[in-house]
Amino acid sequence: MAKVIEGLYYSESHEYVRVEGEYGYIGISDYAQHALGNVVYVDMPEVDDEIEAGEDFGAVESVKAASDLIAPVSGVVVEVNEALEDQPELLNQDSYENWIIKVELSDSTELDNLMDAQAYAEFCEK
Amino acid sequence: MENKRTCLYDKHVQLGALMSPFAGFEMPIQYSNITDEHQAVRTACGVFDVSHMGEVTVRGAEAERYVQHIFTNNVAGAPIGQVFYGMMCYENGGTVDDLLVYKMAEQDFFLVINAANIDKDWAWMLDQAKGFDIDLQNMSEHYGQLAVQGPEAEQVVEEVLGLACKELAFYTVKTIGDVIVSRTGYTGEDGFEIYATPDYINACWDKLLASGRCKPCGLGCRDTLRFEVGLPLYGDELSAEISPVMAGLSMFCKFDKEEFIGKEALQQQKAEGVAQRVIGIELSDKAIPRHGYAVLKDGEKVGEVTTGYHTISSDKSVCMALVDSRYAKLDTPLDIQIRKKVFPGKVVKKRFYDKHYKK
Repeated sequence: MAKVIEGLYYSESHEYVRVEGEYGYIGISDYAQHALGNVVYVDMPEVDDEIEAGEDFGAVESVKAASDLIAPVSGVVVEVNEALEDQPELLNQDSYENWIIKVELSDSTELDNLMDAQAYAEFCEK
Repeated sequence: MENKRTCLYDKHVQLGALMSPFAGFEMPIQYSNITDEHQAVRTACGVFDVSHMGEVTVRGAEAERYVQHIFTNNVAGAPIGQVFYGMMCYENGGTVDDLLVYKMAEQDFFLVINAANIDKDWAWMLDQAKGFDIDLQNMSEHYGQLAVQGPEAEQVVEEVLGLACKELAFYTVKTIGDVIVSRTGYTGEDGFEIYATPDYINACWDKLLASGRCKPCGLGCRDTLRFEVGLPLYGDELSAEISPVMAGLSMFCKFDKEEFIGKEALQQQKAEGVAQRVIGIELSDKAIPRHGYAVLKDGEKVGEVTTGYHTISSDKSVCMALVDSRYAKLDTPLDIQIRKKVFPGKVVKKRFYDKHYKK
């Protein structure tokens, strides 16, 4: 059973946003890391890159395949989780603790388009 | 169209394998994870269900002449029990398929072809058979197949399955009753392939798993294993457009043979050079090149990745790629476009890990 954390916002493509003030931490859900299997590489944007909701901003790769990361919200990248460059497997250990990018949110109303924990848990059940 | 199932389908599902369509079959990609299964084969022993592979028998007075006609390698006068790797080619040198040819007896050959190509190959073989005094049979539905691979494979096959295989040399075959056992594989490790009835294959599978000495391995690691040692996969490094010469497999095309389909075209390619060749590329970054990604030289596309991985045995991002022959020389700097970024690399030998065959 995949772990879902209360208080986060989730997308149908299994990314989450953890909001802190005007910033959002974006990562992949536990369901997503489990479905991917051993993560061997994380392709991340650079600081100051703009990301747009619904567009890909990088990829997570398992041995077998690359899976695009789709931005759940729009914003400007203010930090990337550099630990993932050398230890991509951190995403398998705890994908919520190990966010991928931190963005300055450009439109907080976009959060309304995402699922809360309960809705996401039900979504994963389907 | 509904995917076919191998005789071990139910066992894969019971084991909780990740099942996925491959070559028209519903096949296990992994049971636990690709890395662990890959390492089991490199360091101990793994078993693969490869019952999807096709088998064709060629028998009769002109069986050898027929095999010589459709096959690039040379089986003339070979000892009984010899196994050959080679290709079937079109007149223009393009590849119909790569295959193993087993010499079972005089005028009796057993051909092992790729699952994805069974229908195409069978039609091709029938077409070429006109005028030959042979009995050609597509036996693909009748045989199950296991590949037991790894440094401990010999002991496991001897002790767990009770099949005497020790005396088999590399690329030889024997029959034990109705069971065909060869010292062959697609992993770069020592190992055996076993062809038998679905019932017998099921019994072998159960014994191997019950012994705890052999890990069930899926097609995921079959691909990483064959890739690391530079073995081609039809559809990636060989195709109707990619000839054996382009793929760097000329050694399996015997031009001293009197004739075989495609000989003239391949010989010309060999003599005059080819416009594109399959090479290895190593990236300096960890980003992973995948099938179809563009290979660039000074921003211009000069080729495409055929297979790529972050290798498990050597921890490097490497690929095989079909590129313009002008850039095929070792150490030539080439870039690969991976999504929005371009990563630098250089041409290397397309063997990223050394084979450990027992010869």
